[in-house]
Amino acid sequence: MRIFDPHIHMTSRTTDDYEAMYAAGVRAVVEPAFWLGQPRTSVASFQDYFDALLGWEPFRAAQYGIAHHCTIALNPKEANDPRCLPVLDELPRYLVKDQVVAVGEIGYDSMTPAEDTAFAAQLQLAADHGLPALVHTPHRDKLAGLRRTLDVVRESALPTDRVLVDHLNETTVEEAKDSGAWLGFSVYPDTKMDEARMVALLREYGPERVLVNSAADWGRSDPLKTRKVGDLMLAEGFTEDDVDLVLWRNPVAFYGLSGRLALDVAATGPTHEGNSILRGAPAHPVPTGR
Amino acid sequence: MTAAHAETDTAVQPAIHPPVPPAAPGTDQDAHHWLARACAAAAAGDPAWELRFAEAGRRCRVLGDAARVDLLAAARPDAPTVTRLYRQGTAAERRAVLLALPRLDLAPAHGVPLVEDALRTNDTGLLAAAVGPYAARHLDAHAWRHAVLKCLFTGVPVTRVSALADRARGDGELARMLHAFADERTAAGRAVPADLHHVLALTEEER
Repeated sequence: MRIFDPHIHMTSRTTDDYEAMYAAGVRAVVEPAFWLGQPRTSVASFQDYFDALLGWEPFRAAQYGIAHHCTIALNPKEANDPRCLPVLDELPRYLVKDQVVAVGEIGYDSMTPAEDTAFAAQLQLAADHGLPALVHTPHRDKLAGLRRTLDVVRESALPTDRVLVDHLNETTVEEAKDSGAWLGFSVYPDTKMDEARMVALLREYGPERVLVNSAADWGRSDPLKTRKVGDLMLAEGFTEDDVDLVLWRNPVAFYGLSGRLALDVAATGPTHEGNSILRGAPAHPVPTGR
Repeated sequence: MTAAHAETDTAVQPAIHPPVPPAAPGTDQDAHHWLARACAAAAAGDPAWELRFAEAGRRCRVLGDAARVDLLAAARPDAPTVTRLYRQGTAAERRAVLLALPRLDLAPAHGVPLVEDALRTNDTGLLAAAVGPYAARHLDAHAWRHAVLKCLFTGVPVTRVSALADRARGDGELARMLHAFADERTAAGRAVPADLHHVLALTEEER
């Protein structure tokens, strides 16, 4: 089973997680820029974080045979802090980078005017840079949040079929599907979705345009939830092709809209004047961080 | 170009980034053609060359780091620009800056801090790019010895260290550090890297 986790915060995970993910079949991840559990207070904190998403984290992932891409954005929570807002001016220079495959996570947290402004501005940035957008839907007042999200997307320059609305559940899936957006589901140990509910939704709504992620971070979460959903799909009668569609081909198709996905991380070796050796992807996983 | 151009990037970008077709590395020929045009524009002073530098990885995947190195050599950016490109760069962009240093005519006051920054990381790609001819020429003895030791620690082949034999020859202090490292490894029951013996043998050659 080949797995692409389209939403996982690897900076807060250990190398043990990378090993376990590889063993479970994970060969590619996208790490969306988000908050850190503790609010940032300056633009410089964002810059160091974005630089890690474009430097150390892909290096770490490659050591375990996993291709790492990221999405870059000012997240909705921190869009409410005027000290963080100027990071919007820094985003264009990040959005041209090779490993940036979407603008995200953007969207709503508390549905404030500041969130409206940051959301709309960043949908425009996505359109300007030929990137799709990863849109976080709020945890509180979710259905109203989804509707407002879809309204803002429709008013933007970015076509809805270049948008992934994430953290969907039973109450929001239908309207999200009708909108033409890609459908993201985060499977968590306690909250958001679980494996059985996920499989039930797949049966009801089909696997087309559906992406399943672990959204694992520094909270109670499980980076192997993608595999567990795949296993339950098979146990419940879905075909291996269905599983491959949900866990690999759909995320490849969505983030492939960027034109920047490079999934051959494990293919190492000198290709040109010896310059491409040791680009962070040895053939066999080795320890890191000495 | 100068650092001041950076301020105009935001305004320039939207027009320069139309949606690109789905991922297709393209042929060798496509990549070479794209790079030749980008280098010509860079050499002619087109300020958009920095955007070409950012996207060179996906435009010329088959060429690897060499594409960005060629772009830098064509653009011949001044020291503040080189420093900014390194500091604001992805790992791949930083590697390219390091690999291009011998072709950029950068004074040690500007180039050495970039090499030192890379040597502080644990990214083996950056380390390997940092220990090239520029480091061989400009790193002081202490920093250079630590760079060699760091290669041994992290598994970067010492074949990547430029002028290794010349600088190691007769270096008693490097020999002492290598012996101490070998003793520490042996005490821990761990293997001594084969490269260590090779460098040690070089230190024992007469100056």
